[in-house]
Amino acid sequence: MSALNVNAIDKESGSTLTLGGSGTTVNVNNMVPDVALSNRNLITNGAMNVAQRKTQVTGVTSGGYYTCDRMPIQVNGLGTWTVDQSTDAPNGFSNSFKVTCTTADASPAANAFSVFSHRIEAQNIQHLAFGTADAKSMTLSFWVKSNKTGAASFDFLQDDNSLKMISKSYTINSANTWEYKTILIPADTAGVINNDNGSGLQINWWLNSGTNWSSGSLQSTWSTYDATNRNASNLSVGGAVSDYFAITGIQLEVGEVATPFEHEFFGNTVAKCQRYYQKSYNLDIPPQTNNAAGRHYFYLSPNTTNGNKGDIVSFPVTMRASPSVTIYNEASGVAGVFSNGASAIVIVVGQRSFMGYATSAGSDFYAHWVADAEL
Amino acid sequence: MNQFNITIVKHQLDFGGDICGIKATIDDMEMSVPLDPANRHYAAIMEQVSAGTLTIAEADNGE
Repeated sequence: MSALNVNAIDKESGSTLTLGGSGTTVNVNNMVPDVALSNRNLITNGAMNVAQRKTQVTGVTSGGYYTCDRMPIQVNGLGTWTVDQSTDAPNGFSNSFKVTCTTADASPAANAFSVFSHRIEAQNIQHLAFGTADAKSMTLSFWVKSNKTGAASFDFLQDDNSLKMISKSYTINSANTWEYKTILIPADTAGVINNDNGSGLQINWWLNSGTNWSSGSLQSTWSTYDATNRNASNLSVGGAVSDYFAITGIQLEVGEVATPFEHEFFGNTVAKCQRYYQKSYNLDIPPQTNNAAGRHYFYLSPNTTNGNKGDIVSFPVTMRASPSVTIYNEASGVAGVFSNGASAIVIVVGQRSFMGYATSAGSDFYAHWVADAEL
Repeated sequence: MNQFNITIVKHQLDFGGDICGIKATIDDMEMSVPLDPANRHYAAIMEQVSAGTLTIAEADNGE
């Protein structure tokens, strides 16, 4: 056995480095650059496997988090939609995020839009070094499927820099076919992302919009926000009933190479999602469902001198910020009511716990709860 | 582009009588919103309060 000690081995030509006389080849593009081997993906729930709220919501006409965790849709005056955690997915994936138009808008008003989004917590992307000379470029990759074909737009926005933005396009070549897309996102040496728990980057995949968002041109370098440049290549999903857009396998990583999607254990993804949204219901039980499993027994003796006036609920995962909390009657699903009918009050909410109490005496203060600290 | 339909808001008091949160109905969902600027619901409430389009009512007795 002998050792070869050199500072660098360069390829002879093309993108292939050949090792060994028998022709064992290593594709340079598959070699891992100086980025992490794990936790590469800056997207949470990119495989769309976790959907704590519901797996399907119909009649959507406004924005919000409806199905897959961390994956909101923004809608403003453009059609009616069904939002699914769909089991339609490319090989190797189990789920996708899917929106299907149920009421079309063939001529959107100027300010109308429908957008699929994701927001990344700022302190999780400090290693991008944005705002410094060492700022790093990123690669976005994802699987997409739609009945619509042609060019589509997406943009990145920096919340800490007056929505400084970049917008790019990708092309859906074949209808009703899963296609894999990779796009390079350049570094930004001038836009500092604050090291805090706010939104550091927004990514928005545009489904459709009016001219206020589409009358400009793609903005391929980081520069000042211009709404008209955000959806310059309009895919126009929702121009007809049954138009749909599905996406999964979203990965955003440091560097200029799209590595294979970083699949992770389901429980790990759940824990990551719980930083932003969690509930007492079992994972597959939507809030407000009549289901006792996991309900919290609030140990209360209201209106007594020595009893427990309030009871603490501790979160299994520290939340991003102090969450908004709703208590639900376990049977009826009515908000703000314990199982015995007493009104439920939530106070002193923090990132790790909240206190619930009742304003009237009684026994059996059971209830479910939901805590929302989404970006 | 967070869009919220905020209809009912009133302060909530802790056991010492100090304001510790806001009880709000947002997108038809009743919730307790903490006084945390990083909470998107609180931020939206305060944005509308600043714009003069929303007023936070005083807390009810016992809350």
